[in-house]
Formats: sequence, structure tokens, C-alpha cells
Amino acid sequence: MEKSTFVLKAGLAQMLKGGVIMDVVTVEHAKIAEDAGACAVMALERVPADIRKAGGVARMSDPRMIEAIMKAVSVPVMAKCRIGHFAEAQVLQSLGVDYIDESEVLTPADDAHHIWKHDFNVPFVCGCRDLGEALRRIGEGAAMVRTKGEAGTGNIVEAVRHMRAVQDGIRRLQALGQEELMAEAKSIGAPIDLMIEIHKTGKLPVVNFCAGGVATPADAALMMQLGADGIFVGSGIFKSSNPPAFAKAVVKATTHFKDPVIVAEVSKGLGEAMPGIEMSTLQPEERLAKRGW
Amino acid sequence: MPRIAVLAMQGDFAEHIRALKKIGADAIEARTPADIESADGVIIPGGESTTITKLMKEYGLWDSVKLAHSKGKAIWGTCAGMIIISRNIVGQEKAQETLGILDVDTQRNGYGRQMDSFEENILSSAVNGWFHAVFIRAPILKRIGVKVEVVAKGADGSPIAVCDGNVFATSFHPELTDDTRFHSYFVGLLNKNNRQ
Repeated sequence: MEKSTFVLKAGLAQMLKGGVIMDVVTVEHAKIAEDAGACAVMALERVPADIRKAGGVARMSDPRMIEAIMKAVSVPVMAKCRIGHFAEAQVLQSLGVDYIDESEVLTPADDAHHIWKHDFNVPFVCGCRDLGEALRRIGEGAAMVRTKGEAGTGNIVEAVRHMRAVQDGIRRLQALGQEELMAEAKSIGAPIDLMIEIHKTGKLPVVNFCAGGVATPADAALMMQLGADGIFVGSGIFKSSNPPAFAKAVVKATTHFKDPVIVAEVSKGLGEAMPGIEMSTLQPEERLAKRGW
Repeated sequence: MPRIAVLAMQGDFAEHIRALKKIGADAIEARTPADIESADGVIIPGGESTTITKLMKEYGLWDSVKLAHSKGKAIWGTCAGMIIISRNIVGQEKAQETLGILDVDTQRNGYGRQMDSFEENILSSAVNGWFHAVFIRAPILKRIGVKVEVVAKGADGSPIAVCDGNVFATSFHPELTDDTRFHSYFVGLLNKNNRQ
């Protein structure tokens, strides 16, 4: 019997596909998310919109709070550690969380390196803005990636940009001749072995979810049509005027993303979505997606 | 050619379809009752059983899979799918409804959390030999009805694949490997309509 193999780590992400992973800050939130049909929850102390407001240094959540959520729900529980903070990751692994998000939403602990994720038994998901960044993270051992978008803004534009960039990177790679792969690997900063693999298969070796900006059912349908394997919703559920209704609606829109009649039906009378932020009003240092190397 | 509807609410339905197409079967993603009705067999894939159950009920798939079963169509549940077609779920406080079309009781996450997920070689009469099985937050079979046949056991001797007529369940994920023998086995069950 083998445990913690890459097949098992990436396999759990396969099981999450077509689903919605919701940020939750309390046991009550976690239960609302599970009841709405979330395929997993992300346990953290503050949703990204509140992390933005609070400023300062955002760190791993209190282990007691994470454990309470693990006890409260039967779906997989994820938790975030800071970029490069392998000791936080060790703590989360010891708690037995099902997935770790090495996340730009928290304040990075290392401004040059990410965690060497192959060393862990627990699987990791990491953010990416383009194919090169996705492949650097997979090279370090991430078993799942997600586009970064711009967390806590309720604005989908960055998520769209990043999803398109990843897809464009794959298409471009496929159009290249073998002799061009090394130069392309150098140009985008990606491991050559993964470049060769994608040149053959035409797809990422792991699941790619969308994150950072989903605020409505139509946002979820948009990202699924652009090729996301599933959806992370951070602030979009619990910063809306009616979290249970938004949670259910986003789950349904993610499954029936090809059916505008259903997306329309679930969007009716939902109430106010989370307040949004226009990108041009963000200062450069307020952009979380820039974190990660 | 017989058609198989792979329930596409959530989970790894695309992997089942890829495996079925590899062996030349006709496979579709099923999101509506009409998709289920158009098929000769149904696969409920791996995923989150709570999520899949809710989405099935919301758009009439719950009743249409029951109807497909009552018409004698073959059904296969993998992991979450096995939980959903089982008679009862045991070992959890919160009640969770099941389709009840396979006379077994299951326990969700029976081996533990993700870090207890595992892969191992198993022996199965369904494929006449060894098979490399991938178990991810897998359920355990806690009770097996008298009419239900065990067609695979894990290394520890516990049942991991069962069959009752043309209703089939595996607690592991043949769709995550390149080995399509279990998919061929299921295609064989499509002709075994013993209810009509």
C-alpha cells in the first residue's frame, strides 16, 4: 500500500472538479457552505475582502478554528499558509487538513522561494497568473493550481486575464516544434520536463480552478466556459447580502454553466452581491496577485 | 451501440468518459433527465456525495436514475457514486438520503482523511486478475446484502467492489488509471438487463 503519492494528491483535486470551494470563517459558515453543495471548504480567519481592509500581516489561521471546521463538515477542508512558510504548512499537515493553499492572499514569508511541496504528505494548491507560474508551482509539487485573479475585489477581470493567459500559454506551446521548447521554457521560466509533457498532451497535468473575483453565478459560468475545472469563491458568498442563496446559486451555475436558462433562473432575486472594487483604484502594493515568484 | 450516461453534476465524470471512449463505447455527460433517459446505462462518478446528491435532486436526476434502475438499466457507482446508490450511510450524525438501489451500507471517508488515501494492487473476479486501485477518501462497505456478490477485495480482505445483477459499485477509482478493464466489465453488464 502506498500513501501520499502524486496520483493521490492530484486525484483528490480530480474529485473536486465541477464544484465550488468556499471560504468560511466560522463553523456556521462551513455548514451553510456544505448545505449549499460546496465540494470543499477553505477554513480561514478572515475572507480576502476583510484581509484587504485590515491591512498588516495576514498569517495562517488559529489551528483551533481549523479543527472546529474539520469536525463540523464531511467535505474536504483546506487551509492557507503563507508563501514560503513551510513551518505553517507543517502545522497544517499535522492537523490533518485535506489540502493546503500556499496563498498570495496571506502576506508572503519568503520573497524569493515557494515551499518545496514534494516534501509533504498533504497535497497543495497554488495560485498562478500564466502557464510559466503554474508550471513552476507544479514543479515544486503542487497537485492542483488555481488562477489568482484579484482576491477580495468581487471583480472578475483579473481571473479572466489569468485563465486566458494559462490557456494561451498551452495553445502557444502546442504550436511549437520540439526544438523550440527549451527556448520557450527559458522564456516563461517553466521546467522543461513539464513543457515536454504538455506539448504532448495539450493540457495541464493537474486540475486548474479559478479564484479571485467570483461574485455572481454568471461569473462562475463565465470562468467554467473559459476552461476552469471548478471555482473558488472567497468573499463572494459571505460578503453578499444573502449567503445561503448566493452559495446555492453559484453551485448550480457551476454545474450548469453551459445552460444560460438555468444560470438566469438561479440569478433571480438573489439580492446584493459583494461590493466590488475597480482595479484602477488599487495601489500597486494592494495587488495580491503580484505576490509569488 | 449502447450508450452510457455519466452523471455530470460534479466530480471526475470526464475521466469516465475518456475511459469509455478509449474502449469504443458511446458516452455522454448527463446533466438532465433526458440525458439519462437516452442511455442504456448510468455511471455516478467520484466526487463529493453531498454535492452530487443535492444537484441531482434539484434538476430531477434523482428520480430519473431511480427510473433507469427500475427499467433494468445498468448502474455503476464509483466512490461517491457507491455511497449514493447504497441502501444506507452509517457512521455519521447527519442524515443523508441515498438512492437505495444497491443493498449495501457504506461509511463515508471510511479510511480517514486525505492523508489516509492510498493505492494498492487488488484481486478482482470482475477483471480476472490484479488491478491497481486508487482509493481517495474512500468509503467502506459496512454491510452487504445476501444477494450482493463481492467481486473484489482489498489487500486487507475487505470488500471493495460489489455487484447485484447489473448494479455495480467500486469504492476505488478505475477511471483515474489507464487500465480500462472495469469499464469493459461495466459495458458487459449493459446487456444483462434482468428486470424487464
